[in-house]
Amino acid sequence: MPDLLIELFSEEIPARMQRRAGEDLKKRMTDGLVEAGLTYAGAHALTTPRRLTLAIDGLLAASPTVREERKGPKVGAPDKAIEGFLRGAGLTRDQLEERDTPKGAVYFASIEKPGRPAADIIAEVLEATIRNFPWPKSMRWGAGSLKWVRPLHSILCILSDEAGAEVVPLDIDGIKSGNTTQGHRFMAPGEITVSGFDDYATKLKRANVVLDPAERADAIWQDATNQAFANGLEVVEDKGLLAEVAGLVEWPVVLLGAIDDEFLSLPAEVLQTSMKEHQKFFSVRNPKTGRIEKFITVANRETSDNGATILAGNQKVLSARLADAKFFWENDLRVAKEGMEVWTEALSNVTFHNKLGSQAERIDRIASLAREIAPVVGADADLAEQAARVAKADLSSEMVYEFPELQGLMGRYYAEAAGLPQEVANACEEHYSPLGPSDDVPTEAVSVAVSLADKLDTLTGFWAIDEKPTGSKDPFALRRAALGVIRLVLGNDARAHLDRFFDGQLLRHEIAQSGDDSQSQKLMGDMLKEIGEHGVFGSAVRTVLDTFDGDLPKHMEELKSSLPDVSTDLLGFFHDRLKVFLRDQGIRHDVIDACIAMDGNDDLTLLVKRARALEDFMKSDDGENLLQGFKRANNILTQAEEKDGVEYSYGGDVKFAKDASEIALFEALAASEGAISSAIEAEDFAAAMGSMAALRAPIDAFFEAVQVNDDNDVVRRNRLNLLHQIRQVCGQVADLTKVEG
Amino acid sequence: MTQTNGAPRSFQEIILRLQSYWASKGCAMLQPYDMEVGAGTFHPATTLRSLGSKPWAAAYVQPSRRPTDGRYGENPNRLQHFYQYQVLIKPSPPDLQELYLGSLAAIGINMDMHDIRFVEDDWESPTLGAWGLGWEVWCDGMEVSQFTYFQQVGGHDCTPVSGELTYGLERLAMYVLGIDHVMDMPFNDPDAPIALKYGDIYKQAEEDYARWNFDVANTDVLLKQFEEAEAECQAILDLPHEDPKTGKRILMVHPAYDQCIKASHLFNLLDARGVISVTERQAYIGRVRALAKRCSDAFVQTEAGGWAV
Repeated sequence: MPDLLIELFSEEIPARMQRRAGEDLKKRMTDGLVEAGLTYAGAHALTTPRRLTLAIDGLLAASPTVREERKGPKVGAPDKAIEGFLRGAGLTRDQLEERDTPKGAVYFASIEKPGRPAADIIAEVLEATIRNFPWPKSMRWGAGSLKWVRPLHSILCILSDEAGAEVVPLDIDGIKSGNTTQGHRFMAPGEITVSGFDDYATKLKRANVVLDPAERADAIWQDATNQAFANGLEVVEDKGLLAEVAGLVEWPVVLLGAIDDEFLSLPAEVLQTSMKEHQKFFSVRNPKTGRIEKFITVANRETSDNGATILAGNQKVLSARLADAKFFWENDLRVAKEGMEVWTEALSNVTFHNKLGSQAERIDRIASLAREIAPVVGADADLAEQAARVAKADLSSEMVYEFPELQGLMGRYYAEAAGLPQEVANACEEHYSPLGPSDDVPTEAVSVAVSLADKLDTLTGFWAIDEKPTGSKDPFALRRAALGVIRLVLGNDARAHLDRFFDGQLLRHEIAQSGDDSQSQKLMGDMLKEIGEHGVFGSAVRTVLDTFDGDLPKHMEELKSSLPDVSTDLLGFFHDRLKVFLRDQGIRHDVIDACIAMDGNDDLTLLVKRARALEDFMKSDDGENLLQGFKRANNILTQAEEKDGVEYSYGGDVKFAKDASEIALFEALAASEGAISSAIEAEDFAAAMGSMAALRAPIDAFFEAVQVNDDNDVVRRNRLNLLHQIRQVCGQVADLTKVEG
Repeated sequence: MTQTNGAPRSFQEIILRLQSYWASKGCAMLQPYDMEVGAGTFHPATTLRSLGSKPWAAAYVQPSRRPTDGRYGENPNRLQHFYQYQVLIKPSPPDLQELYLGSLAAIGINMDMHDIRFVEDDWESPTLGAWGLGWEVWCDGMEVSQFTYFQQVGGHDCTPVSGELTYGLERLAMYVLGIDHVMDMPFNDPDAPIALKYGDIYKQAEEDYARWNFDVANTDVLLKQFEEAEAECQAILDLPHEDPKTGKRILMVHPAYDQCIKASHLFNLLDARGVISVTERQAYIGRVRALAKRCSDAFVQTEAGGWAV
């Protein structure tokens, strides 16, 4: 069985696209071949910066002949019917076979679809693959219309077996297939003719091309660690960089270079980032001190001076880069030691968002909020405010301008240099966290306060200007911010009513946006104070506005009605994010809904505590059965209330009870009510539900024994009032009507 | 053909070698455009000529200005006024990479000793509404050129595709000549009777412009000029395509495009003065892009743009 070798040779393919392209080539080719009837024994794809290679072995030489049998008309059927059948089958009458069937003699046609030679199928599948290749970005070149990631120069496509190799003929926009390729661009230029995969791989290696990216990566890593080790150093591992570098070379040559002494005092992260981002260098560290002292660069060739010229050039470029970094670092340190005021002032000229003002204004709001949040998370309010005021100062620093990814981290260095308390310095770095869903959540109180304030200010701000995420559009990463708040609150077991912070911060945004309406600003300032003291927007508004003498500014009238809606909508957004978050942890959405429906749902820690207890309870037999009992009681009661137009909430009286089960239920309710209430009071939801479980048997027995809708109206109403007690007791723990099942 | 008669000795020798190399490859040797531009791409020989179906091959030096990069002549590598060498060939020839490598050899880079790499770098000019795919070319880890296959300019698909090469001349020359500070680079032959260094010619100008760009330029005037350039560009393109005097079809794309270039540079100056906020930035860029787009729309309706009556 023949083997197939394909190589698509082009100008340099971006490193980040190579691996995926190899997989796509393999998948599309093998899928296409198999679909056309060509099965194979094995396939593997290899990539270099200039080629995608696919080797398929044990391919069928031709697709198998397929025989199809068709049943036709009866023998003796009208000629028209038989002719029609013959046309459809593409046969003549003498090719038909007569066969006896239980229904008499019938014509059968045996149609043979001959197999096709592998080469024909390969040519078709390869052309379709090339023309529809899923590059993340592709381009045209010259005067052609073919698209490829970069200009495609040649197609090698050969089928080989013991007898020899044959080119699979193919012509795509003037690129004809052949049996030749090229060696290394500089070390072994020129055409190479190949007869099969082994020949190809051997000749390429001789022509300074290592085909397998894994082999290149291994060689780079081996050589890099060996050279570092020989110097008593270690390479800082970076798998992403290794894969990228392996995709930039066909013939890797590892060179170890020194970093000029004058740069060794730079923070390790600065050295690492500068070397990686700009030069794609690995950092080489002294394991004893943790300092980065040298670098590894990977060249794409050998030279007669063993890379000395190349290394010298790279070193020079690095020195120029690091000279910039050092210049930034030293300037920045000077500003930091002077107290960073220049930076914080500069932030008033930096727009955060055209409707939400400058970074400086934003920092003011965050600082106020961080102060308010501080006691809730156990932080010192002064420290939290101080941290919030400097946490974003590094955005004005030269280093962060150059390397935005170092924001926060530089803030920590600069805060330390400024002699600020350690908690403040930590908050500078940590207040951005958590970023991704797997990012660690800060636990230090000051960091938590600033991080929460930062995210809540962003969220309330975009809610205030009505720029909420829609569908897949979330340009300001508000979903991530909300998830961050959720994880911060839950991760630190923080007990806070978010509503109050929403309202306060929304007011701050309103104040910022009220322009020169000083009257409204004063009123809103008073409301903020009220919220600070009492925590509820509605009453804060009333308290302030009721004492106001004269015509209310129009703005205030609007605010009074719109702000609570905005706040509620934002809380709904948090609940949606929370549902996604908890669903990933295995909590059912209806269970969450049942808990969200309860009062105090802006206290996320409480909400989740409740949901976890309910989830556990619903998994138990007691929970499941109690839910049935509750639903039955609730349905009967709801129907009766609708029918009668009254609410049966007076409480039943055991003296009107007729049946023993009824009396037992009254007693059970009386017995458990206290325990449930005090458990709820103590937020011990598991205990509350445990006590509720004790009601399961009496409720079941009650429904077993009695008809609620008794002929005697007194008895009926008393029973309905009893059901209401069940509803009320159960309703303390969650809104069970929302639980499915 | 590839004249590597030893290493070059001066900045101008490198330019001269590039000129003679690309002339030998059949490019028309154009002169710099006589306006302030941010990059060689703004020259109509690139922006406009990359549009339409007519073949084109040109090379030129373009003095370029980026006001925000001014460092008073003190930074060894950064200048607010610098030179780019620009090559544009349409359709891009199949051996463009080899042609390019030949030019490096021509300026004295020994291919056997250096590590040349094509590293992904897709090019995009938001102000020109243009993009292309290609690489930055590294020599021993240093970016020496930008290599781009134009896909779109002014919102128009490029058919055929132009291949564009841009050399940052100062950086490339410093590397080839082994100079650490741009101001120390020999401009003419270091053995000439009057030997001039780059700094002798440009140090003072860099100081002058840096101060003016950052602190002095009258932003009210610049803003007004921006508005005027924008309005004039649009007014020109709004006129009928027929010259009422002669009845000839004349679209006046070039004068309109001059106004677009002007607006772009004025925006850069305003940016350097720090009076454009992050959000306004996008709006300004959008306004310049709108002009570039209109100029491109007009150019493809002209003879040079491949328009057929």
